[in-house]
Amino acid sequence: MSLSAEDLHWAPGGVPILRGVTLRLPGRGVLGLVGPNGSGKSSLLRLMAGLRRGTGGAVLLDGQPMARMRRRDVARRLALVEQDAATASALSVREVVALGRPPRRGAWAPWSAADEAAVAAALARAGMQGRGDQPWATLSGGECQRVQIARALAQEPRELLLDEPTNHLDIRHQLELLRLLPHLGARVVVALHDLNQAAAFCDEIAVMQDGRLVAQGRPAQVLDAGLIRDVFGVEARIERSGAGLRIAFF
Amino acid sequence: MSLAAAMRRLPAGGLSLGLAPVLGAAAAILAVALAAALMLGDVRVGAADVAATLGNRLLGLSLPVDPIREGIIWHYRASRAVVAMACGAALAVCGVVLQALLRNPLAEPYLLGISAGASAGAVSVIVLAAGAGLLGVPAGALAGAALAFALVGLLAFGAGGGTERIILAGVAGSQLFNAATAFIVASSADAEQTRGILFWMLGSLGGVRWPDAALAVPVALAGLGLCLWRARALDAFAFGEDAAAALGVEVVRLRAGLLALTAVLTAAVVSLIGAVGFVGLVIPHAMRFLVGPSHGRLIPAAALAGAVFLTGADVLSRLVLPGQVLPVGVVTALFGAPAFALILWRSRGRR
Ligand SMILES: Nc1ncnc2c1ncn2[C@@H]1O[C@H](COP(=O)(O)OP(=O)(O)O)[C@@H](O)[C@H]1O
Ligand SMILES: [Mg+2]
Repeated sequence: MSLSAEDLHWAPGGVPILRGVTLRLPGRGVLGLVGPNGSGKSSLLRLMAGLRRGTGGAVLLDGQPMARMRRRDVARRLALVEQDAATASALSVREVVALGRPPRRGAWAPWSAADEAAVAAALARAGMQGRGDQPWATLSGGECQRVQIARALAQEPRELLLDEPTNHLDIRHQLELLRLLPHLGARVVVALHDLNQAAAFCDEIAVMQDGRLVAQGRPAQVLDAGLIRDVFGVEARIERSGAGLRIAFF
Repeated sequence: MSLAAAMRRLPAGGLSLGLAPVLGAAAAILAVALAAALMLGDVRVGAADVAATLGNRLLGLSLPVDPIREGIIWHYRASRAVVAMACGAALAVCGVVLQALLRNPLAEPYLLGISAGASAGAVSVIVLAAGAGLLGVPAGALAGAALAFALVGLLAFGAGGGTERIILAGVAGSQLFNAATAFIVASSADAEQTRGILFWMLGSLGGVRWPDAALAVPVALAGLGLCLWRARALDAFAFGEDAAAALGVEVVRLRAGLLALTAVLTAAVVSLIGAVGFVGLVIPHAMRFLVGPSHGRLIPAAALAGAVFLTGADVLSRLVLPGQVLPVGVVTALFGAPAFALILWRSRGRR
């Protein structure tokens, strides 16, 4: 059951941004969200994280409308990593990751061994072990993304929503981050730009166009020349090799 | 070594000392400031007189001490020091909370125009509803503070600016409310009824007595407790309000609640000692540098340091011009204006 959008509409100020999206997460693994700029990927992720209220339809968490849940209960279930997190606070890496713990603690509960262990485990999973004392302001773009992912993991979520985490990363760090996704111990929804990467690293792909979900399924089923032409407006040739798939653009 | 070089050598992330040594040091300095507040002034008294007075008043002893001196120490200086501590702590905590919620390093009650609004509200009650009960003046100050919040928020966000513009809106609001205060005080022309334009714009602890402490201390302690209770939610604002919401904070409810709390704290302070500026600016930044940005540490540290700062500023304001009353806000501004400049200077790299 987990997380789903059901006929979700969003029209802030009357301008329709999402026009009836129904998206159900696969039982396990990584779901890639692809689509042109402005197709509504970020909007969908924000609504599915409960940061904005839809103007129609619903976001369900285990069949419950998220709109009726307490924010704290939502934060114990799912975590969001937004594009371009920035702060003026002089926080260390450990302090940033520790921000993920309050949903799991009482207001007066002292910092516990379990909290410490969760932060250490999250840092290790995100490949940032031993970097806890480094100031956030001194991290590279890729390290910032990893620390934000570690912060999200410290919430111990069952669903993890990532908005274009590979942005601004060089190709090696992009690949490192994408390889990390299946090992985060959560169902992952990740907005991606690169169709080849989406095909290679995602168990399922959902394609957005103009506020609608136009296809969802395994990469080999969904991605074909016709859909790429319709959605992205470019000519492409699909080369299949065994289970894999490569897209060449013209 | 030049000043610029010295400042460059300051660690950008601050010192992040442990909370215990900072609280310990602040408590020791607070004790010194308190002793100074009780001993220094137009009439100097010795440590023995102070000790005897405190023994008699607090422990029920009957030590020999000149009754006039005991009266000065207990009724004038002790009450004044206690109110200074409570108001300094309240203003510093307001600064911490406003800077976190508005994500603006210059946010504090005075620069946001909240203190000016509270002054205007208090003056209105005193002049227009003469003879209002004891709660009338703080209530008027609270109404003024709430009005100032509404106006400044409307100016900042209605103009499509957001949190960067809020200080500009605060300047506009301050000017407006200060003009209203000056107009009301001047037109009432009743020196008995009003405490003067200087009091409402720069503050003074001169008229403070023990009954004032009965308002200042509970309000400051309650405000401190509530802010400590929400310390982790304030931490969650480090990456913005959407990030805070994603971390389980009910952003709208928290912000409404804490902004209302800062309005109450500011109104209580202003109704007692007038509009004292810059405590909420200097102290949070200094403490963030010393103990780091985590609010569980920052809030208690700022409360203590704010108490020390305002007590010390009050002592200075009594000593600088013998026989004259220097508004305490003049002293806090002498420290605050350079701090304002330093904050601007240090934040220039981030733009
Ligand atoms: N709060 C908002 N109010 C109005 N329009 C918005 C808002 N947020 C996003 N949009 C618009 O919605 C469209 C989709 O944006 P977005 O979800 O960021 O797309 P994507 O992430 O796929 O690039 C864009 O045209 C954007 O300008
Ligand atoms: Mg986007």
